[in-house]
Amino acid sequence: MNPEWVTASSRHFIETEFHHVGQAGLKLLTAGDPLFLGLPKCWDYRQTMDSYNAPESTPSASSRPEDYFIGATPLQKRLESVRKQSSFIPTPPRRKIPQCSQLQEDVDPQKVAFLLHKQWTLYSLTPLYKFSYSNLKEYSRHLNAFIVAEKQKGLAVEVGEDFNIKVIFSTLLGMKGTQRDPEAFLVQGLILSPRLEYSGTILVDCNLCLLGSSDPSTLAFQVAGTTGACHHTRILSKSQLPSENREDKVLWTGWFCCIFGDSLLETVSEDFTCLPLFLANGAESNTAIIGTWFQKTFDCYFSPLAINAFNLSWMAAMWTACKMDHYVATTEFLWSVPCSPQSLDISFAIHPEDAKALWDSVHKTPGEVTQEEVDLFMDCLYSHFHRHFKIHLSATRLVRVSTSVASAHTDGKIKILCHKYLIGVLAYLTELAIFQIE
Amino acid sequence: MSPQKRVKNVQAQKRTSQGSSSFQTTLSAWKVKQDPSNSKNISKHGQNNPVGDYEHADDQAEEDALQMAVGYFEKGPIKASQNKDKTLEKHLKTVENVAWKNGLASEEIDVLLNIALSGKFGNAVNTRILKCMIPATVISEDSVVKAVSWLCVGKCSGSTKILFYRWLVAMFDFIDHKEQINLLYGFFFASLQDDALCPYVCHLLYLLTKKENVKPFRVRKLLDLQAKIIYFKNSENLWKTALLAVKQRNRGPSPEPLKLMLGPANVRPLKRKWNSLSVIPVLNSSSYTKECGKKEMSLSDCLNRSGSFPLEQLQSFPQLLQNIHCLELPSQMGSVLNNSLLLHYINCVRDEPVLLRFYYWLSQTLQEECIWYKVNNYEHGKEFTNFLDTIIRAECFLQEGFYSCEAFLYKSLPLWDGLCCRSQFLQLVSWIPFSSFSEVKPLLFDRLAQLFFTSTIYFKCSVLQSLKELLQNWLLWLSMDIHMKPVTNSPLETTLGGSMNSVSKLIHYVGWLSTTAMRLESNSTFLLHFILDFYEKVCDIYINYNLPLVVLFPPGIFYSALLSLDASILNQLCFIMHRYRKNLTAAKKNELVQKTKSEFNFSSKTYQEFNHYLTSMVGCLWTSKPFGKGIYIDPEILEKTGVAEYKNSLNVVHHPSFLSYAVSFLLQESPEERTVNVSSIRGKKWSWYLDYLFSQGLQGLKLFIRSSVHHSSVPRAEGINCNNQY
Repeated sequence: MNPEWVTASSRHFIETEFHHVGQAGLKLLTAGDPLFLGLPKCWDYRQTMDSYNAPESTPSASSRPEDYFIGATPLQKRLESVRKQSSFIPTPPRRKIPQCSQLQEDVDPQKVAFLLHKQWTLYSLTPLYKFSYSNLKEYSRHLNAFIVAEKQKGLAVEVGEDFNIKVIFSTLLGMKGTQRDPEAFLVQGLILSPRLEYSGTILVDCNLCLLGSSDPSTLAFQVAGTTGACHHTRILSKSQLPSENREDKVLWTGWFCCIFGDSLLETVSEDFTCLPLFLANGAESNTAIIGTWFQKTFDCYFSPLAINAFNLSWMAAMWTACKMDHYVATTEFLWSVPCSPQSLDISFAIHPEDAKALWDSVHKTPGEVTQEEVDLFMDCLYSHFHRHFKIHLSATRLVRVSTSVASAHTDGKIKILCHKYLIGVLAYLTELAIFQIE
Repeated sequence: MSPQKRVKNVQAQKRTSQGSSSFQTTLSAWKVKQDPSNSKNISKHGQNNPVGDYEHADDQAEEDALQMAVGYFEKGPIKASQNKDKTLEKHLKTVENVAWKNGLASEEIDVLLNIALSGKFGNAVNTRILKCMIPATVISEDSVVKAVSWLCVGKCSGSTKILFYRWLVAMFDFIDHKEQINLLYGFFFASLQDDALCPYVCHLLYLLTKKENVKPFRVRKLLDLQAKIIYFKNSENLWKTALLAVKQRNRGPSPEPLKLMLGPANVRPLKRKWNSLSVIPVLNSSSYTKECGKKEMSLSDCLNRSGSFPLEQLQSFPQLLQNIHCLELPSQMGSVLNNSLLLHYINCVRDEPVLLRFYYWLSQTLQEECIWYKVNNYEHGKEFTNFLDTIIRAECFLQEGFYSCEAFLYKSLPLWDGLCCRSQFLQLVSWIPFSSFSEVKPLLFDRLAQLFFTSTIYFKCSVLQSLKELLQNWLLWLSMDIHMKPVTNSPLETTLGGSMNSVSKLIHYVGWLSTTAMRLESNSTFLLHFILDFYEKVCDIYINYNLPLVVLFPPGIFYSALLSLDASILNQLCFIMHRYRKNLTAAKKNELVQKTKSEFNFSSKTYQEFNHYLTSMVGCLWTSKPFGKGIYIDPEILEKTGVAEYKNSLNVVHHPSFLSYAVSFLLQESPEERTVNVSSIRGKKWSWYLDYLFSQGLQGLKLFIRSSVHHSSVPRAEGINCNNQY
């Protein structure tokens, strides 16, 4: 897997298989087990339940008479929704199991393929003010100039001046849950091929095709930008090498989306574009520069979106529940034991079919996942592990879940593997992002 | 000749000259004398700790070696030593090792920087010293200023200067203050003349420039320069790993390893990288958005634009008033927090996008900055405190709370330890915008109550204080709201009755908190003061804020105050009772005048309650019939206590809190008296005694007695007629 995820110095890799699942003999831990004590008594997991619950399963909640104040401003509506989230109503949340291929018809399969199998860093993003899809070219011009200016630390650069970095905006048509969701869009930072630089050709930016270069981290903007004058010579000398790849290289990719973001869309006016989920791939310094530009231009706010253990176990359950034709990866869980001075990671890999079998045994309500089922699913894993290794995993912290559908790390890193469930995965992430910005 | 060679030559020359001349000045003779012992010391040390064993030497030894090395450099090159090069090399190694491993303390950097730029040693040594000027945490500004002053003396070579500038640029973020350095702006600017230094000085100026530094002549100069050089040269390369290490160190290990378990995840510290300057964005008019949107702009927009007023020119309030219709808004709404004029604008504008942009920015920033959300983030505490202070200042300035802060409180209160940023946090509580109490209670007050009951008395007092301020802010807001617009437009409560209900629930809640707190703190006088402060606000709502609400205190507070051992408490109680009386009489009068049955007529229960308290009070303090009405205690029980004259024991003379007054009154009357009989205060003396009490600053008592007690031969309580005839 990705080396970044394996952080601990000592990692115990334990592979077991489930032969028997859902037996009466399974010793289940009670709800008062250390997992719950170990979790922060924080608002977020309770809120997550409510935020989800409010629009779906309790439609009556929003029609309470006191919610309709005369002349209530959007801010008060906001506050209302925050209150609803923050109050403890112990209703069990339920979510739909991601359905097969909810992608709209007009989606470009090439683009979808481009989004898969990459590790994305997640951010939540507040609504963009005065963002317009018709100005994408304009934006790319401005962002280009901004990056160049940032990289050269402040020397004024004329807008549109050609530089060896090119930023391209393009929409991801059809990447939405409902028709109301705003269109997703993609931003790519390319490093132009030296040949073009050499011959002085200006690349016309109407070329919106995606470049599927897989390794963005090899070259960073710094190399291109900050070294300045000496950089040019380097590029030139490179271009003389016959083996040099003449294609433009993708340095950085980021995309903005909103899948089933109704709860957020309701509370903002049309001046705003709600794309609460932002996914970036590339050096963080580049994300920072581009993010800063967005923050300055559209008065929005990026926050890293971490996924806590509670949400990770939801992901584990929901993704295990997905029907797969063939499994491409084992189902793997990673727990972190925070012991000083070096932390200890416990990896627990299960054959995906066994995981699915376990899920089927705890699963009751068709098409839905409930909190009890998630708890039960995780408890079964814990007790199985405990029986074999005498370790209470529930006392440790879940940091990573990987399945054939997708894998997620608590630091807010995600990799989506399965094309069919792309929308389903994004819908849950959108939900988490919306929760964070409310 | 390479600098390395040159140095060696110079050193060689020195050595030869030293060897040939047999006469030394006294100072150098002293130096020579000192030297052998010093080098012996070092060599002894060297034996204990062979140079090769540095990795294994413990910290103390390392520290000692470093100190010695710094001392060595401070003394300057030693002339007569035979193995001089070796010693020098050894000390340099020591410094380098420590610097790259742990970084140097700011004092050490101060000394070494001085040495490197003063030209005491050769160029090669200077270069090596400069290269290892890696701070453990920070570099003090003074060191930099001193170093710059060496540049003027001309003792160091061009290459050292360049290296110094590179170092300065690379380490810029670690300098603790920059004000003094900024004062040297003119000097740095003049250094642009030097072609070799120019690129680095440019970079430094970029980091250093403030608005006031920008002058036309400088701009002209820079434009000239821009024609010549295009880019900054990268200064960080040399220290890249070291910088990372310092940053890592500065982030530091978590002071509380336990928190490792609790953190939702070690959230990436975003802000450090993204907005390095400050939390609050810089004020910029929205040029990007404007330009970006220009293609689809309609004619009317264009016309509006042409007349728009750029933010940069906004200097005064009259300007704001004149241009309020065509103000160009900042590109990032958060920047208004630092600009009082724009805060005015935010306050009166009803433009939803503006408010929403501000709301989102503030909510997210609070969440991002909040230190107890994150593990390993404690060193940003100061910054977070400052940020909260800025917000609170803005709220005080506007006399209005921000919704974002309220939402932030909902989320962060359950995680708050009650200590971190306490004063700021409680001030945020006091600025919660008015809303329905029952809705806010479970989210805020119940969570606050948990902390309240489990924390120290000081925390309880601060909470009560902030709740008092909250009440005051709500009352002000409501009194404005009622008089400014029709009641039905009030956003959160559709009726005035609803609003009053919410306020009264708040007061009752604080009453409950106070009663319990009094029990927990065993009737602490200190706490009681804060509680009565709260009720001083409560008793005057009807008159001061013109709002139809009178809520009395709970018995637990009233009797605690009445039986307190502290005269100032009793005085405060008297004052509050006096104000209650005023308010209730005013309310009664209004009811009589209006002759309409409005929903805000107070129930007779309020009057009865007041009269009950009044009877108790007058019974105790004045008529010496304490336990008949009001507090009723069975006479049999009173007999059992064995107190003979319990009837007098709580009047203004005998009340424990007044007893000392009575004694000093009597002593004042007849200073020679050996024994005083307080019971002798009666009749005429009684009223003299009262005058004495009033003269001692018990104004509350005075007001209370003037208003509530008939001055007749038979004192009696004068209640308020509670038979509601209308």
